[in-house]
Amino acid sequence: MYDMSIKVENLTHTYNSGTAFEKKAIDDLSFEIKDGDFVGLIGHTGSGKSTLIQHFNALLAPTSGKIYFNGEDINADKTKLKHFRTKIGLVFQYPEYQLFETTVFADVAFGPKNMGLSEEEIESRVKEALTIVGIDESVYESSPFELSGGQKRRAAIAGVLAMKPEVIILDEPTAGLDPKGRDEILNEIAKMHKILGITVILVSHSMEDVAKYVNRIIVMHNGKIKYSGTPEEIFGKAEELVEIGLDVPQITHVFKELKAQGIDVPDNIFTVDEAEKVLYDLLKQVEKC
Amino acid sequence: MLRDITLGQYYPSDSRVHHLDPRLKIILTLAYIVSLFFVKDYWGYVYCAVILGLVIHISRVPAKFVFKGIKALIVILIFTAVLNIFSYPDGTALAHVGLFTITIEGIQIAIKMCIRLILLVSGASILTLTTSPIQLTDAIERILNPFKKAGLPSHEIAMMMSIALRFIPTLMDETDKIIKAQQARGADFETGNLLQRAKSLIPILIPLFISAFRRADELAMAMEARCYGISTERTRMNELALGQEDFRAIGAAVLYGAIFVAVRLFL
Repeated sequence: MYDMSIKVENLTHTYNSGTAFEKKAIDDLSFEIKDGDFVGLIGHTGSGKSTLIQHFNALLAPTSGKIYFNGEDINADKTKLKHFRTKIGLVFQYPEYQLFETTVFADVAFGPKNMGLSEEEIESRVKEALTIVGIDESVYESSPFELSGGQKRRAAIAGVLAMKPEVIILDEPTAGLDPKGRDEILNEIAKMHKILGITVILVSHSMEDVAKYVNRIIVMHNGKIKYSGTPEEIFGKAEELVEIGLDVPQITHVFKELKAQGIDVPDNIFTVDEAEKVLYDLLKQVEKC
Repeated sequence: MLRDITLGQYYPSDSRVHHLDPRLKIILTLAYIVSLFFVKDYWGYVYCAVILGLVIHISRVPAKFVFKGIKALIVILIFTAVLNIFSYPDGTALAHVGLFTITIEGIQIAIKMCIRLILLVSGASILTLTTSPIQLTDAIERILNPFKKAGLPSHEIAMMMSIALRFIPTLMDETDKIIKAQQARGADFETGNLLQRAKSLIPILIPLFISAFRRADELAMAMEARCYGISTERTRMNELALGQEDFRAIGAAVLYGAIFVAVRLFL
């Protein structure tokens, strides 16, 4: 077992290289993502996040630089691309738009089938994946287009999960969902991370989502990594984040304001759950006096 | 990979040709193309080519963009040339190839045909290079307007054209995304026999059709929400009107035509 999972070395990607429309989308990135990490990748639109994640499973080839997965250069051998694409699962934004099969089951089976697995193996993987994302057996034979928005998305995520990737990258998995659907999806992702031990890379605009689940945050800005660290370290830089068009969780703002007003609270609160506890303790103290 | 395809070869610039009324440009281009068919000798082609070169120069479109269109035409050019060379057996014979005879007249006709084709395509591409697709459809609508009384839905035709043009890049992006998403699930579009490859397109085509229908539906809804189709007479934001520059162009075109006719009649 390697103790690192994805290693990026001096990765640069230029779109339309050599033409008038040349644009450097990512610029000399180097970092590592460790096995079992739950990484949040944040950055405003156009910061290079999507370009970066497409490199992770070799959908885009680097203009220069290298990407290693468990020590192997993923672009070295074209015939092994398929292998790496199953090891590093990528769930695109609005993944429900890629559903195409006649039944939910068949759609989820598309990935495993492409891997050339046996019928039994495919069936067990599909069932396992659909169970993890919380899709009931009663809809296995329905058309994927009959599902609700949230269910469609979960079926699409199951389609990637059924390939049993070691790393799963999700690009804005909660975009366009209602609060309930959003919580469900995020909880399922957290479950995958915990139960299956998959490394998760979560691309998100929502600082709340990121704060609640991840153990490491990478902040991208103009194709470069601006900051990288634990949520505490990153959200400690509220001003810097606002400056590059990002933000800290709303609850953090509330606590900063409280502190500014002279109330004795910590300013490193990033989730509502933490906040609840702190405020509860505070109330108890007030009652005692 | 789909990004490499450039559609609508409009070359944005600020030249006098770009600013001409698009209706006028369409009509003048048609007139130029018609004039090409009345050319008799090489000098006539030289005259047409010089005029075209002048227009290209004024339009400030790099010549290589104009000639790009010709590259795509090479097969047709060769085909035309070969066909013509062998179609005039009754002239001064130069050589015999099997059953066929190559004559000086045949070669001359072949050369003329090729020059005509090249000038024709270059002339047409000057129109599309200097006129944005939106302007073009607008102009087509206006030109077709007189036929409205005869039941021709000129506005609808133009609207469909501009919507189609508008959605080409969107659908290309969409296709790109779907291809990548299916590749991420291990789909393989490059290997296998013809049948397997055709089958491998299904995971792309179905989501693409669904998304195209969804977009069409949403667009129709959005247009209806803004009362599209309620009034029969729509007014427009940019009314086309002939300006001074347009009349100058008409003048130049008339001069071109007059010289053309004069030379044909009197020399």
